[in-house]
Amino acid sequence: MKHDARTALATLCLMLCIYACPGDALAKHLPASSIPAAMLIEPAALAAELKSAGRAKPLVLQVGFHTLYEEAHIAGAEYAGPAAEEAGLRELGLRVKSLPKDADIVIYCGCCPWSHCPNIAAAFDRLRSLGFTHVRVLHLADNFGADWVDKGYPVASAR
Amino acid sequence: MKTVRAPRPGRRIGAAALLALGIAALGAGSARSAAAPLLNRPAPLLNRPAPPFTRSDLAGKTLRLRDYRGKVVLLNFWATWCGPCVAEVPRFSAWQKRYAAAGLQVIGVSMDDGGAVVKRFLRRTPLAYPIVLGDARLGRLYGGINGLPQSFLIDPRGRIVARYVGELDLARLQMQIKALLPRRPG
Repeated sequence: MKHDARTALATLCLMLCIYACPGDALAKHLPASSIPAAMLIEPAALAAELKSAGRAKPLVLQVGFHTLYEEAHIAGAEYAGPAAEEAGLRELGLRVKSLPKDADIVIYCGCCPWSHCPNIAAAFDRLRSLGFTHVRVLHLADNFGADWVDKGYPVASAR
Repeated sequence: MKTVRAPRPGRRIGAAALLALGIAALGAGSARSAAAPLLNRPAPLLNRPAPPFTRSDLAGKTLRLRDYRGKVVLLNFWATWCGPCVAEVPRFSAWQKRYAAAGLQVIGVSMDDGGAVVKRFLRRTPLAYPIVLGDARLGRLYGGINGLPQSFLIDPRGRIVARYVGELDLARLQMQIKALLPRRPG
């Protein structure tokens, strides 16, 4: 019994330690909660916007991990990430380098639950620091699959 | 790859098969805990044979899913960048050690963009089960891995009896696994 309790305690400590500093990519984790609510756009609203005719479409950028982008992404979205890594932030910077600062940009990730996403706030922060004034962030509460794909919104895959 | 004996037919396998349906039904609300989870979203793969695949694991050994027939398989899609995933894997590793003799096999599928970062992670956090690298093709084969963590519970007959999306209620999952094991845990 005592042994079981010690094992459970040791496992809990290990999990907490790993959770606090999980992987290389999460070393500079900026929480998604740091993004102002006014900058968020919900999936239904973005899907309607992308579907509407006669309106200029925003540039949609997936700033997460390439394996997930390759499997499925918002139709028309481009890849520019992962923003959790400096190399990914450079890619993002290169993609928007020639755009006017008031370009209409929507970024998203959806790799994991919103509060755990290592990419989205880092990407938002970088775009804002580069001077972009019209950056919106797609709010994917659970993940891209649950909040976009399963809702039947338009998806493409890279092959 | 671990050498796995062929399934030994027994009453517990039969009982596990009967339990599978119940577990699948339980799943709809079961792993949804206060901690977050989204559980068992409708999946076309539920109660169907797990799609077969063959991959090299990170140790360079060939891993064939079909070789684990007769065992309960926890197939865990994860990544080093996924906080909830890395919180779960030490527990899965502990289960692998504890329930291996009773017929559990955990298999990790990393959705990282390459193996180097996973190997670094495993040096810091060794796991007692094989890890293969996933990709878009394997993700599509399993109905779309469009967010992590995501896990599948596969019964000894090779059928998917539950799919878990999001953070798990690990205590409940452990109960579900124990109910399916072909042999009594020691």
